[in-house]
Amino acid sequence: MSLPMESMYQQIILDHYKHPQHRGLPAEFDAEVHHVNPTCGDEVTLRVHVADGAIADIGWEGEGCSISQASTSVMSGLVVGKPIEDALALQEKFLSLMQSRGQADLSDEDEDELDDAVAFEGVSKYPARVKCALLGWMAMKSAVTEAEASK
Amino acid sequence: MTFDVERIRKDFPILAREVHGRPLVYLDSANTSQKPQVVLDTVTEFYERHNANVARAVHTLGSEATAAFEDARDKVAAFINAPSRDEIVFTKNSSEALNLVAYAISNATTFPGAERFRIGPGDEIVVTEMEHHSNLVPWQLLAQRTGATFRWLPIDDEGRLVEAAIDEVIGARTKIVAFVHQSNALGTINHVERIVARAHQVGALTVLDASQSAPHLPLDVQALGTDFVAFTGHKMYGPTGVGVLWGRYDLLAALPPFLGGGEMIETVDMTGTTYAAPPHRFEAGTPMIAQAIGLGAAVDYLSAIGMNDVAAHEHELVAYALPRLAAIEGLRIIGPSEPVDRGATIAFTLAGIHPHDVAQLLDEQGIAVRAGHHCARPVCVRYGIPATTRASFGIYTTTEEIDALVAGVANVKELFT
Repeated sequence: MSLPMESMYQQIILDHYKHPQHRGLPAEFDAEVHHVNPTCGDEVTLRVHVADGAIADIGWEGEGCSISQASTSVMSGLVVGKPIEDALALQEKFLSLMQSRGQADLSDEDEDELDDAVAFEGVSKYPARVKCALLGWMAMKSAVTEAEASK
Repeated sequence: MTFDVERIRKDFPILAREVHGRPLVYLDSANTSQKPQVVLDTVTEFYERHNANVARAVHTLGSEATAAFEDARDKVAAFINAPSRDEIVFTKNSSEALNLVAYAISNATTFPGAERFRIGPGDEIVVTEMEHHSNLVPWQLLAQRTGATFRWLPIDDEGRLVEAAIDEVIGARTKIVAFVHQSNALGTINHVERIVARAHQVGALTVLDASQSAPHLPLDVQALGTDFVAFTGHKMYGPTGVGVLWGRYDLLAALPPFLGGGEMIETVDMTGTTYAAPPHRFEAGTPMIAQAIGLGAAVDYLSAIGMNDVAAHEHELVAYALPRLAAIEGLRIIGPSEPVDRGATIAFTLAGIHPHDVAQLLDEQGIAVRAGHHCARPVCVRYGIPATTRASFGIYTTTEEIDALVAGVANVKELFT
């Protein structure tokens, strides 16, 4: 099947869905969170390990639609190794992309930073699916905040 | 007049549109149906020519509006073979119709003359495991308010009620049996007479949710034998915002009001109020005038086609679709696999692909289906699945559209492998 140009299902999304990154829960972690998206019934359990003000490791287990699972995979690949501050700033950037209703005007710099996450731009046109794309990112934010608070 | 689907399709302007550059294949009629031109014209004409409030204005427009509104009540009464037009209560939708009964019953606790509706601890309310939330939650709430016990008839692996449970669950303590005629999540058509016979044997009231049967089957409330029937206009080619509660007159006449307000009273005094006779007792405030008149036009439209022919057409569709969908590897039909006692609504899962992905990718091919738990979450829980994809047909659905669905599902599978 050839997808329409404006398809929500970019190849990158399908690739991440089929071959998710950082899937599996690491034994060493500082916080674990469980987030659900009641619309699709998507679920993600995510563990984070922080060290020296950076995200040392992330691992997750989840089930749900391809958008939620692929987005969690992309997010994990992007934030592992990043200073917490930068990871949360990137989360903000992804959140505004998702809230753009298809009207985002990304700079070259934004595109570089968001990297594979740019593939989710099309999702922002579908209000019912935005929560799917945000699931893993919101889980990461809560987990990092929790890990920070416990230190 | 023979059933001519191509002629019928011409009555629905929306079916001519394209979605993502493809002809629209609308397979979501169980969610809401499309509207024929005659319904759109009737609503527009009402606002352009006759708009006024009903039952109170003495001027010409008021009389015309009242006549048209009450005429719609006659049409609905005839459509379901109600013995009296006064048994037709217009509501916002099926949910409101069902809530009306449930709240009126709890109002009976303190309402003089309504002793027969009183329920409390020790009494039981019975529903089925396949109910839409709108015929489940109001009864859970009623049980909570009154202390009655909430019970249900289970479903089997094929999506049918467990026959043996009927006599077991419905018993001497049962006061209300509320159940669905045709399941929106499974397509199952229940044997109404079997449940009604048992309920009446034990003296329980019966409430039928006919939301998914009124658009698809001939509905005869006298033959069905239930005490109350609820359905909604927008699934039967009428406007949104109007539904119907039918109730046996003697019951409606003894039932306390649900909503208080204008036009539902007989006389109002600061020290007490008496209430209008049915149906007006249950229609507080300005009703959905244009929508009810639009529903009248939809009922005329369906009656002109003939509900037996509608049912026959849709039976052909489901018999055509079931084996073709079932032949797709990895596709599991959730609901009866044979086109027997089964409506033209087919829910399925596809191995390894989430229903929301299936629905979204079908949409990109111009095919509109629904994905989710279809407001019947216990059904998904029963089959251990998070959600299903559901294709539902109507009078305008063609076998070519079912072919498009089958091809569309194959495309989705290809993309995910």
